[in-house]
Amino acid sequence: MVAPAFTLMCLLLLGPLLGVIALSFTDYQLGSPQFSWIGLANYQDMFGDRVFWLSLRNTLTYVAIVVPAAVALGLAVALLIESGGSFRAWYRTIYFLPVMATLIAMSIVWEFMLHPQFGLINGLLHGIGFEGFSWLQDRRTALYALCVIGVWQALGFNMVLFLAGLVSIPRQLYDAAEIDGAHGAWARFRLVTWPMLGPTTVFVVVITGIRSFQVFDTVHVLTKGGPSKSSEVLIHTMYVEGFEFFRSGYGAALTVVFLVFVLLLTLVKSALANRGVHYV
Amino acid sequence: MTPRPRAIVWSVARHSLLLAGAAFILLPFVWMISTASKPQTEIFTKSIHFIPHSFALWDNFATAFGKANLWRFLLNGVVVTVSIFVLQVLIALPAAYALAKLRFAGREVLFALVLFCILIPPQATAIPVFLLFHQFGILDSYAALIVPFTISAFGIFLMRQFFKTVPDDLIEAARMDGISEFGIVWRVMLPTAIPALTAFGIFSVVAHWNDYFWPLIVLNSEHLRTPPLGVASFRNEEAGTNYGPLMAAAIVIIAPLVVAFLLAQRRFIEGITLTGIK
Repeated sequence: MVAPAFTLMCLLLLGPLLGVIALSFTDYQLGSPQFSWIGLANYQDMFGDRVFWLSLRNTLTYVAIVVPAAVALGLAVALLIESGGSFRAWYRTIYFLPVMATLIAMSIVWEFMLHPQFGLINGLLHGIGFEGFSWLQDRRTALYALCVIGVWQALGFNMVLFLAGLVSIPRQLYDAAEIDGAHGAWARFRLVTWPMLGPTTVFVVVITGIRSFQVFDTVHVLTKGGPSKSSEVLIHTMYVEGFEFFRSGYGAALTVVFLVFVLLLTLVKSALANRGVHYV
Repeated sequence: MTPRPRAIVWSVARHSLLLAGAAFILLPFVWMISTASKPQTEIFTKSIHFIPHSFALWDNFATAFGKANLWRFLLNGVVVTVSIFVLQVLIALPAAYALAKLRFAGREVLFALVLFCILIPPQATAIPVFLLFHQFGILDSYAALIVPFTISAFGIFLMRQFFKTVPDDLIEAARMDGISEFGIVWRVMLPTAIPALTAFGIFSVVAHWNDYFWPLIVLNSEHLRTPPLGVASFRNEEAGTNYGPLMAAAIVIIAPLVVAFLLAQRRFIEGITLTGIK
């Protein structure tokens, strides 16, 4: 019964995971007849490469912008929707739409909206008397434009997770807080909602973090990491090295760096979950 | 009874904030439809107008379908997503049943492995799986698009949690009737699991319909392109000149999932946020 699943798990998940770590210690290139173990040479190359550090810095910048923004806005929207009775389903549907829509197709729409001459964004800016930007072609703005698209896409997903968390807070807690003198929306939020949402918030932060580390689609379609590497990110560097230059060993080393960050986030999550963030 | 003034102020504030956010969220969708409805001359102008002066939506659709093989991309999307889901179910369900209801040596270890596999991001295994497929000579084929996703550790976990709640009496009764263990999976467990399976199906189909990374890596041939690859290559060929048909193509690519979502919102939100219950 478990044999097919177990075999495929070894062949397609566990094996390749070990394989990618092993590969990162070799100089294997696709198509070359042989390879040799080169120890940490790939990592030494990587740490000596300007592109790697740019890529890592841009990825961390992307994560540091998208995670707080998408989590805070997701929470704000969820609270606003929950705070009243009317049009709940409408708002929920609208905010969830970007999660469903194929990101590649919507990236192309964003590209046109950010068009330097005929784009909607610059058109609106001109309308209120501002100079526009060549958003995706300017090294000062390219990464931030991608961040905006990232937040636009992640917000609705986080909203739905927070809505589920809000529904599960027992009403009696609010009544109890009221009796204890917690009047006003802010007091209720600070004393009941925020502590009770602790586990949800940790989960949302971690999953948004992991997804942001994986950012690739928008980068590959819109900027290819440019201009002059200003929007280069880890998975895109890995893609270029591993699948355009076929430097499998070096690409594997980049994958390992990516895995370390994802692992760190997962550890943070389980550490916080075990501490019982419920009533911090 | 008239509502208190504070309640009215709050209600106005709530709707203003939510509407402002909704405008930001909907802007790309509105602009996509607006641009797809405009003739070339209205697209390349500096004046912003959402409603086209002359309506060119059908022309743009015709151009898009004429220049890019959109039907083929949609068909590929259906073939790939459906195959992936069917194989995931065929492989995950027996394993989930065994992990939930059967006693055998190594069960706990196996379940721990499943939990571990859930955490492996798909980008991490891409290079070795690519090399493996290169070795077998199956790159650039439907198989290359489907096989890596036939095993869903998350699917096994989800169905195992669900099967745990099915009463043992039901299984005992089936065994009394002489139904084999595989028969129990398909004839007893599967029918009880339809809601969980639907949610997982939506999760799986949406993820793989929208996937760009893996098809980009393994495909060369035009006729195998999935919807995201198809629209991306259409854009590259048009090189940013023909925005009307390009936006029309984008509408075609997102339409199947968006329409399905609007028809069955609750189920879709459940399915997509499945990862939220881990």
